Amino acid sequence: MEIDRALGWLQATPIASAIAENEILFPWIESVHVLAIVLVVGTISIVDLRLLGVASLDLRVRRLMRDVIPYTWGAFAVAAVTGSLMFSSDAVHYAHNFLFRGKLVLLALAGLNMAVFHFIGTGDVQRWDTGTGRAPIAAKAAATISLLLWIAVVAFGRGIGFTMH
Amino acid sequence: MALTLNEICHWIDQTALSQAIQVTKWAVPTVQTIHILAIAVVASSALMIDLRLIGVFWADRPMKEVTSRFLPLVWWPLLILLATGILMIIAEPARSLKNPAFQIKMLLLIGALIVTGLFQFLQRRNASFGDLRSGPRAAAATVAIVSMLLWSSIIFAGRWIAYFA
Repeated sequence: MEIDRALGWLQATPIASAIAENEILFPWIESVHVLAIVLVVGTISIVDLRLLGVASLDLRVRRLMRDVIPYTWGAFAVAAVTGSLMFSSDAVHYAHNFLFRGKLVLLALAGLNMAVFHFIGTGDVQRWDTGTGRAPIAAKAAATISLLLWIAVVAFGRGIGFTMH
Repeated sequence: MALTLNEICHWIDQTALSQAIQVTKWAVPTVQTIHILAIAVVASSALMIDLRLIGVFWADRPMKEVTSRFLPLVWWPLLILLATGILMIIAEPARSLKNPAFQIKMLLLIGALIVTGLFQFLQRRNASFGDLRSGPRAAAATVAIVSMLLWSSIIFAGRWIAYFA
């Protein structure tokens, strides 16, 4: 298949084969990946729990998002780079792994959920985001979907390591 | 008669619970996923407190507000981490107890608990601890940086257990 040929080329690049062959490179990259995903999930749930009305009610949603989300994005960028590096080291196998494919789908859904909330769902944010104001049902739905998707991303990610060999 | 570590590992390995986990393929990845999610809560909550202590984050909020929101989330999920950690030890006692990465992780954990407790003690004794104008800035920043280094190292050591086994 065309894609497999491209992945085979990726796997043969010097960086990819160095990660595949060097004994300590992969665990180091993987450790940074885990640290990054831990911070992605932890920081995004701070916002999700505020939207759900569970915690941080002393802060407005917009304020909390402005403060916390940059750290989520920073950690996500690190997770994406380290994840891509690990993927490159054994690209063909990962691409055929069910859990890896599922994880990509889950990440796409998480991005879509965020985009919908950000560009459509926050239209009336001025009206309800007052002090300890409660978020409307659409925002709560987005927060619930976000929490569930990120939990599933962690579960699928952990499962990849058990199904690769 | 004192038991050697080998004998303890062998004994745990032969218990019904260990055998049951060993034959249930999804058990270990599921327990690990819960473990990672709990550490996401702990590490991200510690990060919020630490960034506030340094002063890069929420500088306009009283330290006490940040602490009352996030410090319980550093302590309580440790019970989940303990429970899931014990299950992983029961599942594969020799792979963990005799593992240098695991042993280092436990030492780092003791360090993180001491630093978190020390922070709590300092804040209780001196209400201005964490105050960015009149408080002891160097001490607060030191506690924060050591805390961030320890939690990151714990996550790294946890991932390295797989590579020393």
